[in-house]
Amino acid sequence: MVTAKEMPQREYVLKGNASCAGCQDMVALRHALKALEGDVIQVVPACCTSVVQSLWPKECLDVPVLNTAFMAAAATASGVKAALKVKGRDSTQVMVWAGDGGTFDIGIQALSGAFERRTDILYVCYNNQVYSNTGTQRSGATPLYAQTSTTWHGKTEPEKLFDLIVAAHEPVYQATANAAYPRDLYDKFRKARDIRGPKFIHIFVPCPQAWNYPVEKGVEIGKLAVETGYWILWERVGDKFELSPTSKRYQDPAKRKPIEEFLEMQGRFSRLFKPTRDEKRLAEFRVFVQHRWDVTLKTLA
Amino acid sequence: MLGMGLRPCKGADGCVCSVVNEVNTEPKSRKQMPKTSYSKPEVGSTGKTGSWRVFDPVIDYDECSRCRTCWMFCPEACIDLDEDDTPHIDLDYCKGCGICAEECPKKCISMVRKGSKKEEQD
Amino acid sequence: MHLDGTQGIQEGGTGLKTELMSANYAAAHATVSARVEVVAAYPITPATTVPEEVALLSEEGIYKGEFIRVESEHSAMFACIGASSTGARAFTATSSQGLLLMHEALHWASAARLPIVLANVNRSVSPSWNIHVTHDDSYSQRDTGWIQFYISSVDEYYHTIIQAFKLAEDERVLMPVMVNADGFVLSHTVSPFDYLEPEEVDRFLPPYKPPHWVMDPDNPVAHGNIVFPEYYQEFRYAMHEGSLNAYKVYAEVERDYKRLFGKYFGGPIDCYKCEDADVLFVSLGTIGAEAKDAIDQLRDEGYKVGNARLRMFRPFPVVRARELAKKAKAFACFDRGLSYGFGGPAAGDLRSSLYATKYRPMIKSYIGGFGGRDVTITDIKEVILDTYKSLESGNLGPEETWHDLME
Repeated sequence: MVTAKEMPQREYVLKGNASCAGCQDMVALRHALKALEGDVIQVVPACCTSVVQSLWPKECLDVPVLNTAFMAAAATASGVKAALKVKGRDSTQVMVWAGDGGTFDIGIQALSGAFERRTDILYVCYNNQVYSNTGTQRSGATPLYAQTSTTWHGKTEPEKLFDLIVAAHEPVYQATANAAYPRDLYDKFRKARDIRGPKFIHIFVPCPQAWNYPVEKGVEIGKLAVETGYWILWERVGDKFELSPTSKRYQDPAKRKPIEEFLEMQGRFSRLFKPTRDEKRLAEFRVFVQHRWDVTLKTLA
Repeated sequence: MLGMGLRPCKGADGCVCSVVNEVNTEPKSRKQMPKTSYSKPEVGSTGKTGSWRVFDPVIDYDECSRCRTCWMFCPEACIDLDEDDTPHIDLDYCKGCGICAEECPKKCISMVRKGSKKEEQD
Repeated sequence: MHLDGTQGIQEGGTGLKTELMSANYAAAHATVSARVEVVAAYPITPATTVPEEVALLSEEGIYKGEFIRVESEHSAMFACIGASSTGARAFTATSSQGLLLMHEALHWASAARLPIVLANVNRSVSPSWNIHVTHDDSYSQRDTGWIQFYISSVDEYYHTIIQAFKLAEDERVLMPVMVNADGFVLSHTVSPFDYLEPEEVDRFLPPYKPPHWVMDPDNPVAHGNIVFPEYYQEFRYAMHEGSLNAYKVYAEVERDYKRLFGKYFGGPIDCYKCEDADVLFVSLGTIGAEAKDAIDQLRDEGYKVGNARLRMFRPFPVVRARELAKKAKAFACFDRGLSYGFGGPAAGDLRSSLYATKYRPMIKSYIGGFGGRDVTITDIKEVILDTYKSLESGNLGPEETWHDLME
């Protein structure tokens, strides 16, 4: 794994932008762009990243950025890629940087089409499990019992197992990542960079606004997601699946930290603990965690 | 169009970000506006976001092991590194999220409330 | 007329090769002639044969650009937007529901000032399903900023598409262009037309060079991030300006086209026997072509009538309309689509164009031909004579008449 000392210093996310203090999307984007060395055209549908760029005539990303409509990211990227091919600049990476809304819900059709056409793009979904930009409404990625502004008493359905949907399109490269593990994230982007064909990276990104936690805990919460087994770090090159080193030990439920450690830190799960601990719902949450492990390993490994 | 010059950023030595606008003025008339709404990359695109901060990060350089952890986790990319990896936090832009202090393995960054007695002592 | 070409017989025409094919196939071949770099299209009757032909030309190496077989029309236009933003000349074709589905994208393309060309094959909008011609689909996109042409022959379709790129890419315009052709009546009608090799078109249409911004890692810019109230209005004004400029820029485009290839289709309003006409028949699309025969027949019967076939609908050719209104006493304005709750769009726009002037010809609006209902020469004569009657009696009568409506 790349060491902190080896990571390049050049920044493509420029300081003084409109992102919230502690925004984990920016952490992920910083390292993604470092890995790609800025030789990228970034396609951004409506999401937080559209807004953190700041106001015309200024913006904060030192790479070409094409903002596009909410459901259109993968289609726009297909067009960009086609143009690059015609112009003979095919080595430039076309990267979609979309939130969970623009990927799981409104953007799923375009993503599915682009992947079925074997379009050579890198589709990145940074997942803060909510429609954050519009004020934290629920999305298809919102977990069970999470409070959002359209599920005040907690969402009653679990999140979509989106990685399976992407895997069904048989991308050439697919991985999960986490803003709390930037070196792992960097390596995955480096690897993706050198593979041609449809690629998908799914990044877990805590959001202090939507999840309601003390802003300095952003990295800790990201790490707890992995340490409780809730978020699984893995990588799939073609059909060769590999659990990332950090997640390997958590395959064993006995090694996982109790899920409460992850949930208690976030205000969006406060109803699971106040006024009383909801043991039934906590149990369901644990079942989901194991379910995701089972399905992931059975289908993808 | 907008008169723009490209020159290296006025940041710390070793920083190689290449595009900054010195003369990116806000247009005052339609003649100064381009026909289409494209924007150029710039440090401080939302202004001096350091003004958002309530707590200042303060590094104890005697304890600092130059491990780069704070630099790696900073969401604002406002920590510059010297040749020997000594970190310098750009207080013009630091939003005071406190992640650097939280993640520092040596716990040598403290978040000091602005206007507090501790700040006066430093 | 053979496919391996006989020289076109237009005066002043050079390098023209006569071909025989449907309007849709001709549109597909226009992408080769105009060196289109990216086509992204989704099938919808009756536009389907455009992407089908592009696909074949692509797989046979004749169309040398990229062809993206997108999964919806919304994606088709956004793929064109992505391609055009990266400096490629982009094209798509659709109809009806597909055009409506890409409505958001139409607004996006024009606000991003991308010179995309869209071949729209007019078809009724649903429910219920009707795949024949009505102009509602393109009429309802009037406000998006797209330049709109309505054409009436295979030859005109082919050449107007090529002209459209020149018009759209002109720095004074930089607005996307929609070229409308009647579904089935024209799209699937096989007719001779004069084909131009790409090398010939090169004399008229240089490669596309985006004048303001382009996606290029060597010169990073962001397009489309937030514009606050301080500036948004000015960008919209610039769009309006671009669209209005198309009127005079198109005159230059046509002049150059005529000089180089000997082809001219009549300007923004194709006038036939208008100079001394009392009553002018205004319409769009194939009705306007049929009308020429109706005009000839009525002239033989002694009526002083003329045909004003509206080719450019947006920007609305206000200047030309006012010139015609100076002399004509009445307009019989036939709309094959509607602004529901108000009236025929062409009639309404014509009336608005004249209000600020002192010209007050009688303007009668006729609505008809919906869902592919035929509008024959007999129908057109009826409509013109109805206006003639009102003109002679001095009585406007109904402002709007639905032609051939069941009782």
